[in-house]
Amino acid sequence: MSAGTPDAVVSIQSLSKVFGKGGVTALQDIGLEVERGEFVSLIGPSGCGKSTLLRIVGDIIEPTSGTVSVNGKPARRARLDRDYGIVFQAPVLYDWRTVAKNIALPLEMLGWDRGRRADRVKEMVELVDLSGFEGYHPWQLSGGMQQRVSIARAFSFSPALLLMDEPFGALDEMTRERLNLELLRIWDEIGSTIIFVTHSITEAVFLSTRVVVMSARPGRIAGIVRVDLPQPRTAITREDPRFFELVTEVREQLHAVGADEVLEEATLQ
Amino acid sequence: MTAIAQPIPRATLANRVGRRARDWVPAVAVFALGIVAWQWLFPDVFHIERFLLPRFSAVMSTFWHKRSELWGAGWFTFKEALGGFALGCSVALVVALVLSRWRRLGQALMPVAIAANAIPIIAFAPITNAWFGLLSPWSKIVMAAVLCFFPVLVNTLRGLTSVPPESIELMRSYAASERAIYRRVRIPTSLPFLFSALKIGCVLAMIGAVVGDYFGGSTKALGVEVQSSVSLSQFETAWSAILVASILGIAFYATIAVAERLALSWHPSTRGATE
Amino acid sequence: MRPMSAIALEHPRTRTTAVRGGIGRALLFVLVLAALWGLWEGYRWLWIREGWTKPFVVNDITMPHLYGIFHQLFVPARVNGPQLITLLCHSALFTAKEAAVGFGIGATVGFALGVILSHFGVLRRGLLPYVVASQTIPIIAIAPIVVVGLGNYNIAAWLRVAVIAAYLTFFPVTVNTLRGLQSADPRAIELMHSYAAGGWAILWKLRVPSALPYLFSAFKVSATASVVGAIIGEAPSSIPDGLGGAIINFNQYYTLEPKNLWATNLVAACLGIFFFLAVVVVERLVVRRAPEHLA
Repeated sequence: MSAGTPDAVVSIQSLSKVFGKGGVTALQDIGLEVERGEFVSLIGPSGCGKSTLLRIVGDIIEPTSGTVSVNGKPARRARLDRDYGIVFQAPVLYDWRTVAKNIALPLEMLGWDRGRRADRVKEMVELVDLSGFEGYHPWQLSGGMQQRVSIARAFSFSPALLLMDEPFGALDEMTRERLNLELLRIWDEIGSTIIFVTHSITEAVFLSTRVVVMSARPGRIAGIVRVDLPQPRTAITREDPRFFELVTEVREQLHAVGADEVLEEATLQ
Repeated sequence: MTAIAQPIPRATLANRVGRRARDWVPAVAVFALGIVAWQWLFPDVFHIERFLLPRFSAVMSTFWHKRSELWGAGWFTFKEALGGFALGCSVALVVALVLSRWRRLGQALMPVAIAANAIPIIAFAPITNAWFGLLSPWSKIVMAAVLCFFPVLVNTLRGLTSVPPESIELMRSYAASERAIYRRVRIPTSLPFLFSALKIGCVLAMIGAVVGDYFGGSTKALGVEVQSSVSLSQFETAWSAILVASILGIAFYATIAVAERLALSWHPSTRGATE
Repeated sequence: MRPMSAIALEHPRTRTTAVRGGIGRALLFVLVLAALWGLWEGYRWLWIREGWTKPFVVNDITMPHLYGIFHQLFVPARVNGPQLITLLCHSALFTAKEAAVGFGIGATVGFALGVILSHFGVLRRGLLPYVVASQTIPIIAIAPIVVVGLGNYNIAAWLRVAVIAAYLTFFPVTVNTLRGLQSADPRAIELMHSYAAGGWAILWKLRVPSALPYLFSAFKVSATASVVGAIIGEAPSSIPDGLGGAIINFNQYYTLEPKNLWATNLVAACLGIFFFLAVVVVERLVVRRAPEHLA
């Protein structure tokens, strides 16, 4: 299957997913191209299939029809070649491994030797600001710290593509904003392409180069908002008038697809 | 940077001693009370007869005088229990690994396994005696093995299959083979369950070995010792032998508990982090 | 706290699929039993043919034909007497009564003990080691002593055996009650405090319902243990009416007619399984939980 534009890291064409025999249509006819170095957010009402879409790209679930190619290969090949990293909403750390060993897990699977692993772990620990906690076990850390370990692990082998499924969803607003900034910093340093699923409009606009708005079930792409805010983004960006305009644009597109529930708690002036 | 981490408790010596005392004093107090009751309360106040429960001092003196005979019998029976434990647990572990790998097989066999576990073990004792002969240790070893097998199987299987789906999804994103998933995720997850089962199993193995004796066995065995001394009205000896069985069972259990602490040093419950 | 997986169940279950699943499982069970039967007969045939003696010698005494054991049930146990199965059913009922009463006593005592120990830390630290140690005392050694001792207080024979059954029953219930009561979500407890709920209310409205899965887990073990306890209680105490007596009796004449003992074991097995299934049925009715989301 040929990919779309030559620089596309992820190319999704006519993708559909139906669960069960004649059951639930989670995704209908999705088409999307994600270019190298982009930060694309998927946002939509509950049940719109954004997590399903992410898992199909990661070859964790199989599509019913349509194609997905990652790095010019079919999704399965990309998974077997370990072309992507994944971060879930839960940190999914292993209790019996320390922070350092948790971060080293993919490196062990890739067969890196001990010295190289140790160096890389050290780099990543510094990158996510957890120096001094290498020897701790996950249950000794707060939720935000655990999620940082999870991110460090995902980035540790510098994958071309990173899939993130509401990674900050379980955290408080303060921690979330801080981790947003850290994520952007890491993205800038490592240069991966990121597909990011979120419930939060401000988070989506703040982090992304493009925001993909999905409709309620059956999930379709309702609209794409290109975020033209300058890079690198900082705390000041959140106060930029253009930021509010874009948030409003995304919100209106969500209302148009019938997202009746309140996605945002913040009321803007 | 605010660290809301829970640091590893840096206990001072006073702290540790204080905590230990709090843990142990009640148990020691109950022990002392128990001895007092045994020595005075039961014989003198409740008038419990000698053939039911001889006085503590009487049992203790017999325990001391016949110690080599009793410990010889204890060791003999313990070896049978240990052999049965080893046999039962290893077979159970292998079967658990197989059943967790091929789930359909596990689902088909589980009801049979549960049904088999419901069979009263005492029904099995005469059969093993018929198979291996009254005097052979193998009849008791097989009894003990059969008793341990099911708890270890069921618990280990639960542990191997109690992995949250996202852990497996994570490993799939690393294109991990089934073997790697077992090695890195399923087996470590199952360890707490395994040790739980081993603790149950070791006590059952000891009991299995003794129960076997009641249908006949070598005179060197503990159960036979109890039976014969009862028939000779030597109740102090009988109770001393029961005491030996109990002590061995407890020691076996304690050994496994220590091994558990060492193997599960990372687990929150052994570090005392939760509560 | 683990968040639910983001993906809904792929196959929402309907009534017809559940029934079809049940029939399928029953068929599979029968198939497995048939396979095990084949295994038994196959093993027997092979060992006799080859004359192997390890691990044990195989002949009509050590491994009777399975159908022979079934057939034995319908043969008179004594000359001109009732069929063996009638005899065994009477014994089974006798033992069942002891086991059921023992289960009731043991479960109640175990539960009460668990509640008390969970509430009073001092008692827990003091008594729990001995509760655990109590299970290392070989019950078969104590049984005759208990049965005779209680005889002094004019307690019926079967009730004394029920006490033995209770002894084997209470321990799993105590341990699991303890674990179950502690397993309540701390946030749910805080919610109860916000309603100014007293200790009893928290216990009965929150902790006990949270403990139910653990309790039923223990009941399943205890159900079987109570039958074992009843049989063990009868055997050394020479109570002839129950299954324990039957086992002792047929064991004596094993070489003469091994099938009797095997048939008794079959009936004992059925009794144990019956008790277990009874608990499973009650559990299905009482405990309605979301299925565990596990891989």
